[in-house]
Amino acid sequence: MLKDQDRIFQNLYNDKGSDVSSSQERGDWVNTKEITDKGRDWIINEIKESQLRGRGGAGFPTGLKWSFAPKEVGSRPHYLVINGDESEPGTCKDRDILRFEPHKLIEGCLIASYAVQAHVCYIYIRGEYFVDGQKLQAAIDEAYEKKLLGKNAAGTGWDLDIYIHYGAGAYICGEETALLESLEGKKGQPRLKPPFPALIGLYGCPTIINNVETIAVVPTILRRGAKWFASLGREKNTGTKIFCISGNVNNPCNVEEEMSIPLKELIEVHAGGVIGGWENLQAVIPGGSSMPLIPKERCETLKMDFDACVEEKSGLGTAGIVVINKDQDIIKCMARIARFYKHESCGQCTPCREGSGWMWRMLERMAKGDATKDEVDMLGDVTNQIAGHTICAFGEGSSWPVQGLLRHFKKEIEKRNNLDPIVQKKNNIPYLVDQHLLDKKNA
Amino acid sequence: MSLRRPAKDQPESFEFNASSLEAANVIVAKYPEGKQQSAVMALLYIAQKQNNNWIPLAAMKYIAKFLDMPYIKVYEVATFYTMYNLAPVGKYFVQVCTTTPCMIRGANQLVEACKEKISENECELSNDKSCSWMEVECLGACVNAPMMQINDDYYEDLDKQKTLDILDKILNGETPKPGSYRGRVNNEPENNRKTLMDLKNA
Repeated sequence: MLKDQDRIFQNLYNDKGSDVSSSQERGDWVNTKEITDKGRDWIINEIKESQLRGRGGAGFPTGLKWSFAPKEVGSRPHYLVINGDESEPGTCKDRDILRFEPHKLIEGCLIASYAVQAHVCYIYIRGEYFVDGQKLQAAIDEAYEKKLLGKNAAGTGWDLDIYIHYGAGAYICGEETALLESLEGKKGQPRLKPPFPALIGLYGCPTIINNVETIAVVPTILRRGAKWFASLGREKNTGTKIFCISGNVNNPCNVEEEMSIPLKELIEVHAGGVIGGWENLQAVIPGGSSMPLIPKERCETLKMDFDACVEEKSGLGTAGIVVINKDQDIIKCMARIARFYKHESCGQCTPCREGSGWMWRMLERMAKGDATKDEVDMLGDVTNQIAGHTICAFGEGSSWPVQGLLRHFKKEIEKRNNLDPIVQKKNNIPYLVDQHLLDKKNA
Repeated sequence: MSLRRPAKDQPESFEFNASSLEAANVIVAKYPEGKQQSAVMALLYIAQKQNNNWIPLAAMKYIAKFLDMPYIKVYEVATFYTMYNLAPVGKYFVQVCTTTPCMIRGANQLVEACKEKISENECELSNDKSCSWMEVECLGACVNAPMMQINDDYYEDLDKQKTLDILDKILNGETPKPGSYRGRVNNEPENNRKTLMDLKNA
């Protein structure tokens, strides 16, 4: 277990209060000027050496992302945008940072803005977190009062303004280009990449977009050194991470732990074990609903980090762990996730808009046992038609959970659904949808 | 995608009152000059708040003029995002999360409670017209599942009986205390906390 002094978010459970003075006791805002005085290159290098990877799901190296910002500010200003549109089912870590550790985030914004030469920072928070956003706004107001923001913020000589922008219930706005569209006052439909936001982003200006947790850990890394951060976890999967453990466990909770911690330890030690005992475990979704599930056998030894999860054909994502025990109907669980994606598709690309509903309807039928034998393979085919054929990663996000279900629980589906297919013999006429009509005479 | 339609009965006109106007001007100042369109989402919220928690078409037209942008663009935004109510909802607007992490902890019991207390179908007003409910997708409080949102506040760690009690209170016009209903502190592991104990006991 990680030692308490190595935990970055000391106030994760709000033992001490989130105002400036108690944050300063925890080490925030203490020597911000000393950090910025070491210069942009030093900051970016230190973040690169710490091997910090983005905490929003994709795991892109943060230092590298910052280095994409143009070195000189041209005619267009630079922007920093913080992604707090936390909507992935199973994930609720950013909410705790917004309400209990706002000053870690605000100080991170100042340092990151300095590093990428932005004078304006927008924090995009999902609309449902209105109360938590108000708490952040109170912290921002307090920071302005104490001259930690505004002109010559915290004595660093850098001017920074931070504004909160509320979303309005669209999951897709967590995708970075959709978020920019939303910030510009449009529908949240993702943009084609390239051009990448680092060069052409908000209002067509260079924009760096980071997750709340990524930015909130930056000040601590710079204070305690990249070596300290890199010594936790393992190569390329360094540092600490807030894990959200929900579902069928005795004590669902958020907990900050070292990267590469075994999944079993997380569940047994922090979350009080699976309801009904470890033997009652059916499957685990390791990183928010868009990551494929992992069956019990693999959970025994799984280490929670980016690369180990990819080896299991899944992903760490946002580290929102959903534990599903044997009392649950796994097909129904996945059908509900498919319904979520059907509801949240932005409707821009046809494969996703139509396919997500298709997957949902098929899974609902499969949960009831109303599907035919051939539909199991057809469902796999539908997922392959969506993944990789859309503008943004939502296509993958919606089809991966279904693919995970098919990979590990195909037998379960086949056992429940053994109706004969409507098309009896293969006529093999491409593009003719109603081939079963040919089976009938006089058709 | 979700299907969203504006209400049939629409008021003739809409205008910001003084306090809304002031709030709107503060919001517009957040964005660079000429980029006032960015404020459309926040202004729709303000209109929604002023107009009993829903947005009439007249308000969209008003906001379009206010921000000097085409009406259709405001309409697009209002119909795209699910938190803008295009038809009247209750003064107490109950949203029950039923996505998988809540579902496997028994969110269907919360739905049953809403059906018993408020109305048989979602998005219908209760008998006294003060309250309506709907199922929504993940509200981002998964470790506190099952949970629901009433207006701005989160009610967490619920079961059927606790939900019935909360709904009784709001139907009586009271505002119940938000937060966990199993008495746990925020997101800590209940009775099983093993981290940061020095701070807890300090």
